[in-house]
Amino acid sequence: MNTQDYIKNILDSANIKTSGFDMLRRDELYLTVSAADFAGTCSLMHKKLDSPVMTFFAEDLREASGVFALYCGFLSLQTRSWIFVRQNIAQDDPAFDSLAKNIYSASLFEREIKEMFGIMPSGNPDLRRLKLHDEVWPEGYYPLRKDFIAPRDLPAPGPAYRFKRVEGEGIFEIPVGPVHAGIIGPGHFRFSSAGEPIVNLELRLGWTHRGIEKLLEGMDTSEAVKIFERVSGDTAFGYSLAFCRSAEKIFGIDVPVRAQLLRVIYLELERLYNHANDMGGIALDVGFSFPAQFASLIKESILQLNQKISASRYLKGINAVGGILQDIDKNKAVIIREALGKIEKDICSLEDMLLTSVSFMDRVDATGILRANTARDLGITGVAARASGIALDLRKALPGIYDTLSFAAAKEHAGDVASRLRVRIAESKESFSLISQSLEKLSSCSPEIKATGQVKEGIAFGYVEAWRGAVLVWMRLDRDGKIARCKIVDPSFHNWDALSFAVLGNIIPDFPLCNKSFDLSYAGNDL
Amino acid sequence: MNFRIFKSSIEKGRVTLKLDEAGIVALPEIENIGRDLKRAIHAKFGRSFHIREVDTGSCGACESEIIACSNPLYDIQRFGIDFVASPRHADALLVTGPVSKNMILALKKTYEAMPEPKFVIALGDCAKDGGAFKGSYYTRDGVENILPVILHIPGCPPDPLTIMRSLLSFMHDFPCRRA
Ligand code: SF4
Repeated sequence: MNTQDYIKNILDSANIKTSGFDMLRRDELYLTVSAADFAGTCSLMHKKLDSPVMTFFAEDLREASGVFALYCGFLSLQTRSWIFVRQNIAQDDPAFDSLAKNIYSASLFEREIKEMFGIMPSGNPDLRRLKLHDEVWPEGYYPLRKDFIAPRDLPAPGPAYRFKRVEGEGIFEIPVGPVHAGIIGPGHFRFSSAGEPIVNLELRLGWTHRGIEKLLEGMDTSEAVKIFERVSGDTAFGYSLAFCRSAEKIFGIDVPVRAQLLRVIYLELERLYNHANDMGGIALDVGFSFPAQFASLIKESILQLNQKISASRYLKGINAVGGILQDIDKNKAVIIREALGKIEKDICSLEDMLLTSVSFMDRVDATGILRANTARDLGITGVAARASGIALDLRKALPGIYDTLSFAAAKEHAGDVASRLRVRIAESKESFSLISQSLEKLSSCSPEIKATGQVKEGIAFGYVEAWRGAVLVWMRLDRDGKIARCKIVDPSFHNWDALSFAVLGNIIPDFPLCNKSFDLSYAGNDL
Repeated sequence: MNFRIFKSSIEKGRVTLKLDEAGIVALPEIENIGRDLKRAIHAKFGRSFHIREVDTGSCGACESEIIACSNPLYDIQRFGIDFVASPRHADALLVTGPVSKNMILALKKTYEAMPEPKFVIALGDCAKDGGAFKGSYYTRDGVENILPVILHIPGCPPDPLTIMRSLLSFMHDFPCRRA
């Protein structure tokens, strides 16, 4: 059944009327419903498609049509497509019926919509700001509105942020951050503990907010690629790819097969160096320093390989709208094959060192468990989801070049640190295979690596299963091909929340270990 | 596992790989810069130079390269440079990122907590003037607008060798022996 019929059936079964289906592309369906039906339709999609809220955002269309628009995106695995439920909101009373009452995975998005647009999610009890901290940002300034003007002098600070208070005998609070002891991004963690075990952990993030979504407005696509490479530095390729794909959809560009294969290679290289880094990080956080140092050399060797083949250790300057700027010729293919042969052996030794060490396994087994149900409710993605039994991998879930390559998506069930480690090991091995399959195919591909298209206006959704999880980019380009609105979702956005559930009941000294096993991005979350 | 390491070290005489066997280029330059660094640090900072790092909105790649400076290839610690957890132990504050509004206070407080004499090093293009994030409503376009910066290490991100080279030339130019 095609996507439109499939969704139509679901809507009919609940008697919901839509004012329009818009099958924009093979993998993108938009349906517009009335304000009264919005929450109901979203709940229905959430249930029937068995999908969390993958993205949820607003757009300021007041100038053109006097409304704000609200989009809530779900993933339909059955039809391998994205479903967006859309609603218009009158500008004089910007509010909507909160989804978070029924769908937990909507709650952070609603807080974001409130702080960035001043649109009220009526009924959501938690309206604390995520990124624009009260201490430095006055109430009433909504950066993503089109008529936003930054406050000149900062008025008096707002009321201080309210942390949840856990009360009871013997409970004490440990505040940590935003500046941490290591060389790492800033975040504030507020632990409440009873003796050693953590009974509550509240995260306050947003410290590295740079206002990227606003910064992108008015940029043309070639400028924007550079910003995307800098959203989260360890995912430079994944981000630029998600963005380029959304632009390519709007311009109607068919990316040459060779470029698609090259993108697979670069994306998997990015996955590899980060997974190696994390395996070492997990070892380091239990004080097992030999494998940790070994892993840091594996990472270094992949970074050096990146430098050799693309002139950038972090794979910047490679992606472009329409394809790829750095080809991999026969010589480079030989270099890659040779280097990866060694690296694969090293990863196997690393695996051996870790998994056969009893004292190490003792620390990671059954530590930091994130249960499948919790993971599902939170809507988490990526490594952490697959370690908790949710087999979502966009490389498999959606049509694309990965359909022509053979690989298995990793999956574990226990949801503990050990599972997340195992997922990383399994995925690294698949990456080696994916890279070598792609290199194989490259040799029989036409040499074209970039296509051009006509600059157009329109909307599109770009997505990539980056190493940390799903990177999602929704974008509208205006008539001149400049960005009018761009919504970015980093996998960490939901997964940070998951961390605060995974650590419950664990002792405080295991927190760094749990944290490292998720390895989330501050910069990506805060944007 | 321990037994195997033990056995292999008896058989092979070592348990680690040579760097070139691992596919890593070990540049003689690292050793040269390192030797000079060590000499300069010895003369001007009394044997060691301690750095506290603060991220004020970086994308994380700059951090990744700073961390790489301590991996076994560059191993910057052997030349006398150490990254410390407490600002009280630090000679220098190394700042990355364009300074987001949320981080201004934390940055200032970290600086205030350092003992005198102290100085600030900005690392990466966005720490200089905001870089790619220049002009955003939420950044302060560089560390200089918040604290006095004595050295800027350019790059997006600067690789470990660049970081080492910049620190070396800074050490050379550093006026006098620390009191
Ligand atoms: S200078 Fe570049 S690499 Fe460094 S934090 Fe800024 S954007 Fe990232």
